[in-house]
Amino acid sequence: MTKDVVIVGGGVGGLLTANLLARKLLPGGARIHLVDATGMHVYQPGFLYVALGLANARWLARDTRSLLDRRVELVVDRVGGIDTEASRVHLEVGGSLPYDQLVIATGCTLDYDAIPHLREASYTFYSLPDAQRLREALRNFRGGTLVIGVAGLPYKCPPAPVEFAFLVDEFLRRRGLRDRTAIRFLSPLNRAFTIESASKLVAPIFAKRGIELDTFVNVESVDPERHELSSLEGETFKFDLAVLVPPHKGADVAITSGLAGPGGWLGVDRHTLRVTGAENVYALGDATDLPISKSGSTAHFEAPVVTEEIAAAIEGRSPDQVRSRYGGKVVCFLETGRRQATILSFDYDHPPVPPRPSLLWHAAKWAFNRAYWYTVPQGRGV
Amino acid sequence: MPLPVQREIDARGSFCPGPLMELIRAVRGSEVGDLIAVLSKDPGSRTDIPAWLKKAGHDLVAMEDEVGYTRFVARKVR
Repeated sequence: MTKDVVIVGGGVGGLLTANLLARKLLPGGARIHLVDATGMHVYQPGFLYVALGLANARWLARDTRSLLDRRVELVVDRVGGIDTEASRVHLEVGGSLPYDQLVIATGCTLDYDAIPHLREASYTFYSLPDAQRLREALRNFRGGTLVIGVAGLPYKCPPAPVEFAFLVDEFLRRRGLRDRTAIRFLSPLNRAFTIESASKLVAPIFAKRGIELDTFVNVESVDPERHELSSLEGETFKFDLAVLVPPHKGADVAITSGLAGPGGWLGVDRHTLRVTGAENVYALGDATDLPISKSGSTAHFEAPVVTEEIAAAIEGRSPDQVRSRYGGKVVCFLETGRRQATILSFDYDHPPVPPRPSLLWHAAKWAFNRAYWYTVPQGRGV
Repeated sequence: MPLPVQREIDARGSFCPGPLMELIRAVRGSEVGDLIAVLSKDPGSRTDIPAWLKKAGHDLVAMEDEVGYTRFVARKVR
């Protein structure tokens, strides 16, 4: 009997898993449905570039169908509920889909309302409309105090605020506004970046470029009238322009279906990515509560693991012991401005050893930005 | 016997965002008085975690050395 695989979410994790499964399973071996709310796949690392006027928004989204193996059925609909007892996914418009194997790749949602006045008092680049709004604010900015901070943990792409600091410094210098602007980087930790070795590279560059570093600042509230923000640690900071990472949470459907707690993150086994307490259900990417980077890269390296587990279940064999085990691998670039970047590559057992920032890694990042559409969703290189 | 806690986070193998970020996240989502444990094998945690707890006004209740990792127990005070 043909088995049904349902994948919820068409980001990196969902799209890649769908394509890998379609390729791996024998023809007729399973029906694969990918359910996505928009039917558009978005390259989120590009938001940063849009905010700084370095990229056009049109470059960042493509029709999911154009990236999806033709053997996968795309369902453009919202998921209203997941019933793990009955093994069914309920759609908001199109009825319901039964599954034998389910993949939840529903990512993050931005929870602006968790902090009153956040939206009116500050800017961010964590969605495309937000990045476009920030681009306008930066175009109209005439100098003052620009603060960059983090208003909730966890958040996607931990290096992004650091990269924004370097790139906005460059942007302001180009516009002749740098000597009229104080840039303050409010780090949630006691150093510039979470990874100590990377922090040792970043901190001296901050100092050289006049980016002031304030440590142990976890933004908790924003006062739109006084142009002031307060931290969980009890300090206040004045600003003329605040660029903050908004609080993130998991998808509502994960909470309402009873699979996740109030934060919406799905508990999974760190190696097999099976959702705790549910049969034949996997989660990957930003949707999980694993204490690792929420990034496309994480989902990219997790997708082959989920694929192997599901393919083995459908084919009635034991999963390959190596390929069905996620080792925590993540690889990401960190732009340091002035056409330089470094690369962070690590897993559960090996911390990253980032090379000195150079043109090489900056060029590699831009080559990746361009090559993304032809490599990552198709699973080339995994 | 490890101290019983309301919440325990296994952050072993977390280099990014890291054990301290996981602890801060857990403290934000907990009630005053809760005990939160975080497991870390990052040697930096031995200075980072006590330093943040001190600055943010929470208590470090225990720092238990296990084989290959350390278990930090914090109490949310305010």
